[in-house]
Amino acid sequence: MSTSTLAPQSPGGVRTGASAARVRRIVDNFYVRRVAKALFTVWVVSTIIFFLIRLLPGNPIEQYIARLIETQGMDYENARMQAAALFAIDLDAPLWKQYLDYLLNLLRGNLGVSITSPGTTVTSIIARFLPWTIFSVGIGLILSFTIGILLGLMMAYRRDGLLDHALTVFASVVSSVPNYLLGILLVVWLGVQWKVLPIAQMRGTLSPGVTPSFTFAFLYDALFHAFLPIVTYVLTTVGNWMLSMKGSTIGTLGEDFVTVARARGLKDWRITTAYVGRNAALPLFTQLTIAIGFVVGGSFLIETIFQYQGIGFVLSGAIAARDYPVMQGVFLIITMSVIFANLLADFLYGWLDPRIKIG
Amino acid sequence: MGVIRGLFHWVGTTLKLMTYNKVGFVGFLVTAAILIISLIGPFFIPLDTKTKLDKIYQPPSAEHWFGTDHQGRDIFSQIVHGGKDVIYVAAVAAFLSTFIAVTFGTLSAFAGGAVDSVIMGFTDIILTIPQFPLLAVLAAFIKLDNLTLLGAFLGLLSWPALLRAVRSQALSLKERDFVEAARALDLGAGHIIFRELVPNMMTYIVISFTLAMTAAVYTQVGLVLLGLVPVSSSNWGVMISLAWTQGAIFFRDAMWRIMMPILAIAVFQLSVITMTRSLELAFNPRLRTMA
Repeated sequence: MSTSTLAPQSPGGVRTGASAARVRRIVDNFYVRRVAKALFTVWVVSTIIFFLIRLLPGNPIEQYIARLIETQGMDYENARMQAAALFAIDLDAPLWKQYLDYLLNLLRGNLGVSITSPGTTVTSIIARFLPWTIFSVGIGLILSFTIGILLGLMMAYRRDGLLDHALTVFASVVSSVPNYLLGILLVVWLGVQWKVLPIAQMRGTLSPGVTPSFTFAFLYDALFHAFLPIVTYVLTTVGNWMLSMKGSTIGTLGEDFVTVARARGLKDWRITTAYVGRNAALPLFTQLTIAIGFVVGGSFLIETIFQYQGIGFVLSGAIAARDYPVMQGVFLIITMSVIFANLLADFLYGWLDPRIKIG
Repeated sequence: MGVIRGLFHWVGTTLKLMTYNKVGFVGFLVTAAILIISLIGPFFIPLDTKTKLDKIYQPPSAEHWFGTDHQGRDIFSQIVHGGKDVIYVAAVAAFLSTFIAVTFGTLSAFAGGAVDSVIMGFTDIILTIPQFPLLAVLAAFIKLDNLTLLGAFLGLLSWPALLRAVRSQALSLKERDFVEAARALDLGAGHIIFRELVPNMMTYIVISFTLAMTAAVYTQVGLVLLGLVPVSSSNWGVMISLAWTQGAIFFRDAMWRIMMPILAIAVFQLSVITMTRSLELAFNPRLRTMA
């Protein structure tokens, strides 16, 4: 940006100066930098995973070889070859070559084959289960963010009233109970003690016989099964949004531009939405990025509790069965979705806040 | 004598400052009660391990305050004994993560330049990796059967958010007049950091420590629920985990067995989080000089 004006202006260098400036403009571009950083993070995470699997004492490959020898009576060489095929690694090549192959395989989307269900590629497992997690976590986060912002706004307008006090207590209680415990509580109370929900039928992602299609019946069934996970995500995160929004709104209400808007005789509703609400909600978007990581990370226990077959359910199953290729692939995908969600939130922030001119 | 009187004075002032926020003070009292019961209680209340088939799943009574479990054992004694491990692991994790965050956060703010960029770049990467799945995957490789090791593990991964916050605090403090003055008087880095900066960040550090504890309780119990941490038998997390894996959550009469450890954890988390409101007052050096 400002550095581009410092490009060399010598007679012979005008053309090169212009192209250098263009390169610099691309390098300085917010979007380019942000995407580069996201890619860098993905690379670091996959490198960490590679070395964990290859080099750690008692690493999965060694453990798998030992297990094959023990349970199937294979000799070491055969067991080693089978392990190599499973992890898509050439164990005889030098380490740097193995690492390079691993990265190339990742780029091609080849994450190896599952140990417990032979013949199923990790990529196909991810493709089958990931959409359900995105569906339930996505709806949960959007609902909780919207409800939280509206309630927080209301609390700020009626602060120190009965509603404000009641909601503050509610928010502090629900946000301090760990989400998986709340999940268990929902099962215990709604399903077993009061019997208001048929929890046994709500397991899974779809009822038997229902296939994905653009019909109301399908959508209803999908929501029916995702209901408990979504309720858990909303309940455990909404308190935080409410309290943050309340604080942020109280701060905004004291701003000069709000007073000016009032003096101009604008309608209350317009002041609340366009002047107060929008400005107060902005800082919350940065918190949204942290919340995405936390909810996606925690979804893995929630899905296990409700037997909701998303990617987290697969991960906990893979951990229990020590299915390392699936563990590695799913963990990588979870991390990548968090990185991608962060990227999206950053771009969204720039688009929502006109004061930040990006690019 | 003077030292002891000074100590009493310090404790007195701290308690007085803490009562300024009523809700926070209640949180402090409940937290203190849980700590005392969990740490000292086991010496007075023996753990009930005897199977009594005629007393299975009894509701709370004068004899069994929290009811009995699937083998007719007293749940109250299990709750009393089940706290210390959870709290110990959380404290180790919180201590380690606060230590890393404060040391490297202030270093990053003061050194600036390349050191700052490297530390912050690294922090950003660790911050984006979802912690809980990472821990679960790691726990599949490494046997976390030692409580200190488990705590250290949790602590080693939970500092990034705090480090960023400490750094921004230190960045703003570094420009204040009193730090400028100390520098002009050439009082040295040690004096500036420990006499000028840390006292001003103390509120923040103490609150972060308590919040890091609640985060560590969350992860720790989650790992236990997944069956990834083979720790001792009586522990709030293990109690829930057993009730869950044995299907007791689908059994109507088993309610007390599942509710009590959940309540213990929830009340502990809630009281620690509310306590921070009082801590905010107690560790604020400005309020202290006024009191």
